[in-house]
Amino acid sequence: MAPRDFDTNPLWPDAAMPAPAHDSAHLHVAGLARYVDDEPELPGTLHLAFGLSSEARARIVSIDLAAVRAFPGVVAVYTAADIPGENNVGPIAHDDRVLADGEVVSHGQPVFLVTAETRAAARKAARLGKVTYEPLEPAITVEAARAAGSRIEADQRMARGDAGQALAGAQHRFAGSLRIGAQDHFYLEGQVAHARPGEDGQIHVVSSSQHPSEVQHLVAHLLGRPSADVTVEVRRMGGAFGGKESQAALFAAAAALVVHRTGRPAKFRCDRDDDMIVTGKRHDFEVDYEVGHDGAGRLSAVKLRFGGRCGATMDLSPSINDRTMFHADNCYFLPDVEIVSERLKTNTVSATAFRGFGGPQGMLAIERVCDHVAARLGLDALDVRVRNLYGPGRDVTPYGMKLEDNIAPQMIARLRETSRYEARGEAIAAFNAGSRVLKKGIALTPVKFGISFTTKHLNQAGALVHVYADGSIQANHGGTEMGQGLHIKIAQIVADVFGVGVDAVRITATRTDKVPNTSATAASSGADLNGMAAWRAAMAIRARMADFLAAVFGCAAEDVQFSAGGVVAGEARLSFAEAARKAWMGRISLSSTGFYATPEIEYDRATHRGRPFYYFAYGAAVSEVVVDTLTGEHKVLAVDILHDVGRSLNPAIDRGQIQGGFVQGQGWLTTEVVEWDAKGRLLNHSPATYKVPTASDRPKRMRIDLWDGDNVKPTIHRSKAVGEPPLMLANSVFCAISAAIAAIAPEVRDLPKLDAPATPEAVLRAIAGMRA
Amino acid sequence: MAVRFLLDGEVVELPAPDPTGTLLETLRGPLRRTGTKEGCAEGDCGACTVLLGEADGGRVAWRAVNACILFLPMVHGKAVMTVESLAPDGRLNPLQSCMAMNGSSQCGFCTPGFVMSLHGRAIGALGCELPVADAIAGNLCRCTGYGPILAAGEAVQSLAQDDAAALAGLSGLTGDAIVDGVFQGRQWFAPRSSSDLVDVLAAHPDARIVAGATDVGLWVTKGLRDLDCLVFIGDVADLKTIDETAEGVRLGAGVRYAEAHGALARLHPDLGELVRRIGGLQVRSSATVCGNIANGSPIGDGPPALIALGAELTLRSAAGRRTMPLEDYFLDYGKQDRRAAEFVESVFVPRPVEGAMVHIFKLSRRFDSDISSVLGAFALTVEGGMIAAARVAFGGMAATPRRASACEAALVGQPFSEATIAAAAEALKRDFIPLSDVRGTAAYRIEAAAALLWRLWHREQGAGVSVLDVEPC
Repeated sequence: MAPRDFDTNPLWPDAAMPAPAHDSAHLHVAGLARYVDDEPELPGTLHLAFGLSSEARARIVSIDLAAVRAFPGVVAVYTAADIPGENNVGPIAHDDRVLADGEVVSHGQPVFLVTAETRAAARKAARLGKVTYEPLEPAITVEAARAAGSRIEADQRMARGDAGQALAGAQHRFAGSLRIGAQDHFYLEGQVAHARPGEDGQIHVVSSSQHPSEVQHLVAHLLGRPSADVTVEVRRMGGAFGGKESQAALFAAAAALVVHRTGRPAKFRCDRDDDMIVTGKRHDFEVDYEVGHDGAGRLSAVKLRFGGRCGATMDLSPSINDRTMFHADNCYFLPDVEIVSERLKTNTVSATAFRGFGGPQGMLAIERVCDHVAARLGLDALDVRVRNLYGPGRDVTPYGMKLEDNIAPQMIARLRETSRYEARGEAIAAFNAGSRVLKKGIALTPVKFGISFTTKHLNQAGALVHVYADGSIQANHGGTEMGQGLHIKIAQIVADVFGVGVDAVRITATRTDKVPNTSATAASSGADLNGMAAWRAAMAIRARMADFLAAVFGCAAEDVQFSAGGVVAGEARLSFAEAARKAWMGRISLSSTGFYATPEIEYDRATHRGRPFYYFAYGAAVSEVVVDTLTGEHKVLAVDILHDVGRSLNPAIDRGQIQGGFVQGQGWLTTEVVEWDAKGRLLNHSPATYKVPTASDRPKRMRIDLWDGDNVKPTIHRSKAVGEPPLMLANSVFCAISAAIAAIAPEVRDLPKLDAPATPEAVLRAIAGMRA
Repeated sequence: MAVRFLLDGEVVELPAPDPTGTLLETLRGPLRRTGTKEGCAEGDCGACTVLLGEADGGRVAWRAVNACILFLPMVHGKAVMTVESLAPDGRLNPLQSCMAMNGSSQCGFCTPGFVMSLHGRAIGALGCELPVADAIAGNLCRCTGYGPILAAGEAVQSLAQDDAAALAGLSGLTGDAIVDGVFQGRQWFAPRSSSDLVDVLAAHPDARIVAGATDVGLWVTKGLRDLDCLVFIGDVADLKTIDETAEGVRLGAGVRYAEAHGALARLHPDLGELVRRIGGLQVRSSATVCGNIANGSPIGDGPPALIALGAELTLRSAAGRRTMPLEDYFLDYGKQDRRAAEFVESVFVPRPVEGAMVHIFKLSRRFDSDISSVLGAFALTVEGGMIAAARVAFGGMAATPRRASACEAALVGQPFSEATIAAAAEALKRDFIPLSDVRGTAAYRIEAAAALLWRLWHREQGAGVSVLDVEPC
């Protein structure tokens, strides 16, 4: 086998190795996997807690911390004035204060930082601060922000043709609206960071972060030090889901500040309630739409308006709301279309990244449009969906990107068959006819999710691979492990290059001193970017070994083979360990970096046109639900999923992402409620009042099939990203609930006015609307 | 005084700890058992699940508990099993192996808690007869969607457990009761008999009574309150009795929900189903039925159901015993008819008469491990098509769990008919002016309460009324 050139596409061997389990699974089940808070503390470690704002928007008149300082065990209390450098943890706009400076912009915003010998002392003392505020009028809701003209940036418009004119000329025309609720990440491991002083002003931060490089840079700016003096390390996170992309920096920054001021190690493990109050969530939206269509349900004109509650600061909201716009077409061709996105600045905690990154909300909106068209025409919603799919001659998105990999029609057709959609639809109609209280509904919804950071420069990754003289291998890369199985995929890729077992590859903690200037592990990009970088690093070492062994054994470098049987060079046959040792003795470098930057992507944000995505990941799901029309309770009964991961790097890991993503999406659309009261106080800030799905909420029957096609793009082993797309498969749950509600009044040719999440209360409201 | 407990056969002795410190803090801190995680510190996520064992005849009775809200002296004299106990020599047990191989973990943070819940089920811990999904209803996972975890629980239904060492160790700890301890300035009493309890309360009328600490624990971990005098009743032997007779069931103050589950389910299957949905198994394995009454929650899933069934409460103090209908105990929001130095001794739940229409319905956002938005409980006696008697009680509709007297009046003496149900549903508006809160608006509560009457009606007609009973097409 010839060494593969770096620029040609690596292809997973046809006889793919069996999918190994998560590399830490044996540690997880034994309680031996170490998270930030599990590392032994150095003597003298200090513990931290924030004093939080009681107001949503106010000027700070005075801060009296005497009682806080006097509390037994308190070592120091800091305010904004104690920050030597830049008081900011905002990723883009530099507008996220570590500690409030003169004003507060959301309830629960950190105002002061307590440092104590114990965590309990810090938490108790933090409640003793006396802050005097001069309250200002807050904008809590989308409506209030809109009325006040309060925005984090200008409205964005993405359009093709003339939607207004097309609406006027449409055979049928209607308008509708939808509210989509926010979602808390509810990672099981809360926010935590542990900082330790080094010599000469250096600092080492162990953080539960998806973005160690950003934490490094923000800490450096905070302390007024160069980035080279700050090292950030992440071994693993106990869940993240986007909630530790930008939000982890606050806690790392606070711990670093304490190290800087006291010279002592400092750990900030945030209490769960504080975590939920202080950190951002998925954006909630108010969506309005106007639709024109023909008698067969084919869309001719669509106007969509997304009012997104962005919270008090910019955070990542521009990109998130852009992604909402990018996914407002989903799999459907919208001939004349106008998508307007308002990024409303409210005095609530800044909304942030969450699996799907705005995409789910855009996608849910257009699914509701399809349902609405079908309801008005009395058609099956799936027929309407199929009629509107992208296809030949109808294959350009609203942002001008031509689809090159559209497999949605084939996937829907196959799923329609394997899920027995038609037969079950008939059985459901029969059930509903015979059931007065309980009504069933079924829906099939597709997913098309754009893969790449839409901010071009983020689409880069680095890796560092070492082969040791005993043949063992360390691989390091810029991605972080949050449970998604990134490290095992990287280990598989590297092991495959050297023809060794995956156990021979040790993936080490992500560290900014090993691979610099990394992007967040986000946008589903972890394996795409870092996998290719690691593959290139490993291939560089393998090429050096092959050249060396060819010279030693008198064969061509192309004839040196690395496989499970060992290394073959001409007549010689060596174990990989022998080959490594020989190369070391021969003074060959057995360490290499690797780098990858996604090709082809280009986007002009001013006109919202271009090719923001390298490719798309697809999927489709059928959900069957039952609704209690008396109380609004409902249950997901059965789910059939067909999902596209290209040529899977690890089918077991990918299946895990699919079903986990689905259930998380189900929670977003059913039980998980995020509400702020009129004063901007978050009402759901603990698992007592914030309800993520439990085991019994998992659908009784769940079937998951992987689509059997390769990625048409030369990604690592022709695989596709899988982190986020499956979450949106759960849109089918919401649409099925709506269908079940509609079954109480089949004669009403309208869509139930159902908002997300479909709590029993929301369902009952929609039922009342159908009966009115 | 020291707290002593058994950890993998070894006695752990903690001299004079803060009695309101938690087992979790001790495990993760001085004992370096960091496999047990803190996810919420309020008993709602199960990441801190450990097993607690007590000698019970010739065996050890294990139960899964949330270590995050368990006060340290509550484990005095007991055995503790953590995730590290399962693979002492580094070899995973069959359950752990199965979970490691089948994708039961992704981020892994919740995993030790699931391991312990499923391990408990496999070794016969309290509640082990429940289906797998119920055994892990108190464990939250945000990554996996639960499929592989459920499959692992199904695959490993039982595991051998050698309790010989634990039994021997526990017998060595018996007689080592903390009856009266002062730790770090806080008083902790753990009487062994109800008469001792009477005396302790007589001497310390303001002492806070703690049974399972699933409520009071949060006062400390979330409320950051300082509790300076506590009386733990979990070791009071004569309050642990379940007296099941033809007349009904009497539960002593120390009887935990999981222990009472069978007896209550035998009174009526709806009561069994309700208990299944009160908290997760870890909560039911700590929380007592009487504690759920005594603390006076306005929702308190147990009380409205027991009120509808005609339960009687017995309170006791040095002045003697008082017995009252359960509904009379709840005076107002946060106010109960419990006098100084008095404690709830037992609750008696009469067995429904043959042919009584009993229906207990819980509405919550999530089916498992959630607090009710509305709980409706109904006990109707229908004779010759006429409603002869009706007891209707609701939780979540007022400042206390209480009876719906206007609704009852609209039912009694009327034919069991749609018209009567409609009138009774209308009457609920005179009974209750509910509040809007995080679990539901007032409008929803009023509408849902009426809907529960209609659910009763349709169910009596033989119609399917529960989404939990429906199979997919």
